Amino acid sequence: MNSVALKMLFGDTAKYIGIVMGLTFASLLMTQQMSIFVGLMSRTFGFISDTGLPDIWVMDPKVQFVDDLKPMQDTQLQRVRSVEGVEWAMPLYKGLLKARLDDGGFQTCNVVGLDDATLIGGPPVMVEGRLEDLRRADSVIVDIEGATDKLAKQPDVPGGPKRPLRVGDTLEINDKRAIVVGISRGTRTFLSQPTVYTTYSRAITYAPSERKMMSFVLAKAEPGVDPMELCERITATTGLQARTRDEFKLQTVGYFLKNTGIPINFGITVVLGFIVGMAIAGQTFFNFTQDNLRHFGTLKAMGATNLTLLRMILLQALVVGLVGYGLGVGLAAAFGYLTEGGNAAFRLMWQVLAISFGAIAIITMLSAMLSIIKVVRLEPAIVFKG
Amino acid sequence: MTTATQTAKKSAVHCRSVTKSYATAGTKVHALRGVDLDVNSGELLMLVGPSGCGKTTLISVVAGVLERDGGECEVFGTDFQKLSSGQRSRFRGESIGFVFQAFNLLPSLTAAENVSVPLLIQGVPSSRAQKKAKELLDRVGLSDKINTRPAQLSGGQQQRVAIARSLVHDPRLIVCDEPTSALDGDTGHKIMELLREVALEGERALIIVTHDSRVYNFADRIVRMEDGLIAPGSIDPTTLH
Repeated sequence: MNSVALKMLFGDTAKYIGIVMGLTFASLLMTQQMSIFVGLMSRTFGFISDTGLPDIWVMDPKVQFVDDLKPMQDTQLQRVRSVEGVEWAMPLYKGLLKARLDDGGFQTCNVVGLDDATLIGGPPVMVEGRLEDLRRADSVIVDIEGATDKLAKQPDVPGGPKRPLRVGDTLEINDKRAIVVGISRGTRTFLSQPTVYTTYSRAITYAPSERKMMSFVLAKAEPGVDPMELCERITATTGLQARTRDEFKLQTVGYFLKNTGIPINFGITVVLGFIVGMAIAGQTFFNFTQDNLRHFGTLKAMGATNLTLLRMILLQALVVGLVGYGLGVGLAAAFGYLTEGGNAAFRLMWQVLAISFGAIAIITMLSAMLSIIKVVRLEPAIVFKG
Repeated sequence: MTTATQTAKKSAVHCRSVTKSYATAGTKVHALRGVDLDVNSGELLMLVGPSGCGKTTLISVVAGVLERDGGECEVFGTDFQKLSSGQRSRFRGESIGFVFQAFNLLPSLTAAENVSVPLLIQGVPSSRAQKKAKELLDRVGLSDKINTRPAQLSGGQQQRVAIARSLVHDPRLIVCDEPTSALDGDTGHKIMELLREVALEGERALIIVTHDSRVYNFADRIVRMEDGLIAPGSIDPTTLH
C-alpha cells in the first residue's frame, strides 16, 4: 500500500507543494537562524580559537570573557612560570586602541601584543608578509578584514573605491607610528574591530601607560600533565584565574548567552519558524487527509486495517517531512555559502541539522497525528453516503 | 439469467431482527426496526424503497462497515460483531466487494492500479495484483484503458473499473449502492448486464440497493423496505422475468 499512499500524496500536486513549502520554510528559518546564532556565538571566542599554541589562559580572577580586559602586573608572568608542570608561559597584551585614519577619523582597533622573543599568540594565517617581520622597528600586522575595510586608505581618486591597507603603509596608533609588515587572516571577532598584531613591548608603548598592562598569560603544560589539573595548580599557587582553551571558550560563550538578549531574540525567531511551519504544514496536511477522507473510507471498507492506514499516513508525513527538511537545509546551506566571507555570521554545525531535523519530525508527526486520529475514527460506512 | 432457484441452497446473508438507530440533533432516528433478511449464494437481490427507509443502513450492517444495535446478522456464517476490528477488516477484504454510487476510485491511480487495490490491501505483491487487475479490466471491456486515470474515463467506464475492483479479489458477496443512478439509462442497463454476467458467477451473491426501476428486471428477487422494515408483499421474483 506504500505506492498507493505515495500516489495519493503526489497526485494532489497543489497540496503536496503546500505542505512541502510549509516544512521547507520552517526548516530554512530554523536552520538559518540557529546557524547565524552559532556563528555569532563562535565569533565571541574567535580570538581564543586563533591562538593555537597555548593550552592554558591565565588572567585576573574577575575576567568573565575574552574581551573583558582586567590587566595584571608583569610579575605574574614569573609566578605562572614557576608553577610545576608549566612548560612555558608568555605574556599577551590585548587592548582597544584608536588608530588615526587618513581622513582624520579614528578607528578603534584590537591591538594584540605578542611575546617579543617567541611571538606566541600570533595570527593563524599570514596572507602577506611573515610573522617574524614583527621584529622590525614599528612593525604591525593587520588582519585582512580591517585592512580592506575599516583601516583602508582613502581613494586614490575622488569618489573611487577605498584602497586596502598594504604592506609598507603606515598607521598612527595612539599618536605613534606603525608600519604594516604583514596582512593576516583570522576568525572574525564578535566586535568586528580590526585586529592589529605587534610585539608585547611595542604594544605597551602604544597603550596609555598603566601600572598593570599584561592582559593574559598564555601557558603550555608539560607533556603528560593534564591541563585541567595544571589550571587548578596555577590558581592555587598564584590566585589567578586559569582556564584551558575550551573552558575559556565556554566561559566566553556563557557570558554572552547569560548577559545579552541574543539567545532570546534568536530563540524567538526559531520558535516562530516552528510555529509557522507547524501551522502551514499541519493545516495543509490535515486538509489533504480531510479531502481524501472518502478514499480512506473506501480503503477501510475494502479491508484496510487502521494499522495499514496509519502506515500510509506516516509514510506520507515522512516523505513530505524529509523533502521539506532537505530543501530547507539546502537553502540554508546555500545562504551560508553565498554569504561566506561577508558580514553574516553563519556556522552550520551537525547539531543544528539534528535540532532542525527533530523539529521538522515533531511538526510532521503532530500533523500526521491529527490526520491519523481523523482516519482511525472514520466510520467506513461514510462510503455509502452520497 | 441465473435464477435464485438454481443456487438458492446456500445462505450468504442471514439477518434476524436487526435494529440500528442514530442520534441526530437530539432526536433518535430508528433506521432499522427489526429487519429479517436472507440472501442466498448465486442470488442477485435488489433492495428498493424510498429515501430514508434504511436500505443503505442495512447494506452497511450486512457489509460490516456499520455496527448494528441489536439482532443477529451473519455473512457466510460469520457474525462481524463477534470479530475484532482487525479480523473484521480482513474478513471484509477477503469476502466482500463494493460498488459505489460515486465509484470512489482513487483519482491519482490508473484504472489498473485502482482495480489492484483490494489485492494490495491483502498483501498480494504489486506485480501479481496488477496482472490480475488487467485480466479483470479485460473482462469488463476496458483493456484499452489500463493506464488511464479516472478523470479521463466516462461515468460508465468508471463504474466498470469499480466493478472490476469489486471482483479482483474474488469475493463471495458484492454489495452495490445505487450502481446505476449516476449513469444514463443505456449505460446503466449495460452496467447491470455486466454485473449479472461477470459478477454473478459461481456461488457469489449480489445485493444491489437501487431506486432505478429500469433495472428491476435484472434481479432474482426484490425486497422492498419501508420505514426501517422489510415491507410485506415484496415483489415475487418470478414476476420479474
